[in-house]
Amino acid sequence: MISIEHLTKSYRKFKALDDINLSFECGQAISLLGPNGSGKTTLIKSILGLAIPESGTIRINGIKISKDWEYRSQIGYMPQIGRYPENMTIAQVIKMLKEIRKDSQKYDEEMIERFGLSQHWNKTMSSLSGGTRQKVSACLAFLFCPDIFIMDEPTAGLDPLSSEILKEKIAKECANGKLILITSHVLSDLEDIASHVVYLQDGKLKLYNTVEELKYLTGEEKLNKVIASIMQNELPKKVAAI
Amino acid sequence: MKTIIKYVLLDLLKNKTVIVYTIILAAISISVLAAGGNTTKGLLSILNITLLFVPIISMLFSTIYFFNSVEFTELLLAQPIRRKTMLLAEYSGVAFALCIAYLIGVGVPIYLFSYEAAAFTLILSGLLLTLIFSALALLTFVLFRDKTKGIGAAIIITLFFTLLFDGLLLSFIFSFSDYPIDEPLLGIISLNPVDLARILVLLKLDVAVMMGYSGALFKKFLGSATGSIYTMLCMFFWIIIPVLASAKVFNKKDL
Repeated sequence: MISIEHLTKSYRKFKALDDINLSFECGQAISLLGPNGSGKTTLIKSILGLAIPESGTIRINGIKISKDWEYRSQIGYMPQIGRYPENMTIAQVIKMLKEIRKDSQKYDEEMIERFGLSQHWNKTMSSLSGGTRQKVSACLAFLFCPDIFIMDEPTAGLDPLSSEILKEKIAKECANGKLILITSHVLSDLEDIASHVVYLQDGKLKLYNTVEELKYLTGEEKLNKVIASIMQNELPKKVAAI
Repeated sequence: MKTIIKYVLLDLLKNKTVIVYTIILAAISISVLAAGGNTTKGLLSILNITLLFVPIISMLFSTIYFFNSVEFTELLLAQPIRRKTMLLAEYSGVAFALCIAYLIGVGVPIYLFSYEAAAFTLILSGLLLTLIFSALALLTFVLFRDKTKGIGAAIIITLFFTLLFDGLLLSFIFSFSDYPIDEPLLGIISLNPVDLARILVLLKLDVAVMMGYSGALFKKFLGSATGSIYTMLCMFFWIIIPVLASAKVFNKKDL
């Protein structure tokens, strides 16, 4: 579904992404991991066309994204920080997005119901708490039934109950054969969802394996232990040795 | 595009800064015009206020608004929308909102108190200034990544056009007074939208004393009618060029 070839991007002298090659298929739930500043967000933004890569190509369903903009109708994006126009209400934001996305007639409003957003329906965005704004972002990502979900730190700022609801929904969409790309520092949140791990460091792709493979290679059961041993830089050598 | 403009407007018309701006403009215009006596004098006072307030408020407010809505812009750009459409829609929304504020704050009082042709030119020049400085704000926004630097640049640009430019112009005239500099001067004045706005109104108001050196030059070389058309054309370019340049830069900008 998404194929990335030789993707390179730098901000002035700093190389945010260095020759990344990846390909993702339907039904995968990929967790993008790496320390701060390792290029996770840049990778996501490049796929969304928000950051313009210097070299390399990204294809979605075989179509190069550099000249195209309509491909974004297949993507549901949930940003790390959701900030909305201060004086707009939740109802207005959702109505606005629906009016912009005239191409989509099928709406998935399950999350609006489950998060109970209708009780805040006419509150302005500036009066909402950070968590509630995050819920709005989540609802918008699912609203147009896209095939690809890109979520940047989706559970940050959500209470345990809501984050559980969100995780359930993500797992359900993945089971429906959608592609999920997710970054999170809360590894326990990714435990049940992730099928693959992409590990970036200093803009370089360190590894891209299934969770099973990694568990087998490290001999650990829990994802956070697995990642901890990757971060101690032992695993890439082992993987390279195979 | 219409959808985005509509919702930006809906958001901005409830914005406190815009409301306060409208009220202050209205209070000043009404008090100046209601003071009675000479309407020309009243219009001149409003002109001076317009020339100072409109650029500063339009520029600063628009720049801050654009920087503050970066995250929402990103979210919308993750939808199937062209970058150019998004930027133009956002610009139109902000510029319309500020124009509405000016129309209510200055246009309505003028309409109630005076019907002179010059009064309408004054409103027109105020609206053009709003459009020009929001366009410059848009350009500042696309050129700077950092909000603080962007706002700093916005302040410098406004101060340059409202205060510094005239000082530089005077020193230029003073140092080259022995040469025939009238014609180059006409060109230089076209480089300052605030001066253009002033001349546009003064050509109609016919107060030679207030016109200053530049205004007298315009009248001498171009006459009232041609002068008005020329200034208006220049002001249109001051809107179109920054907006087009912004769209071009924004297409390659990393968000």
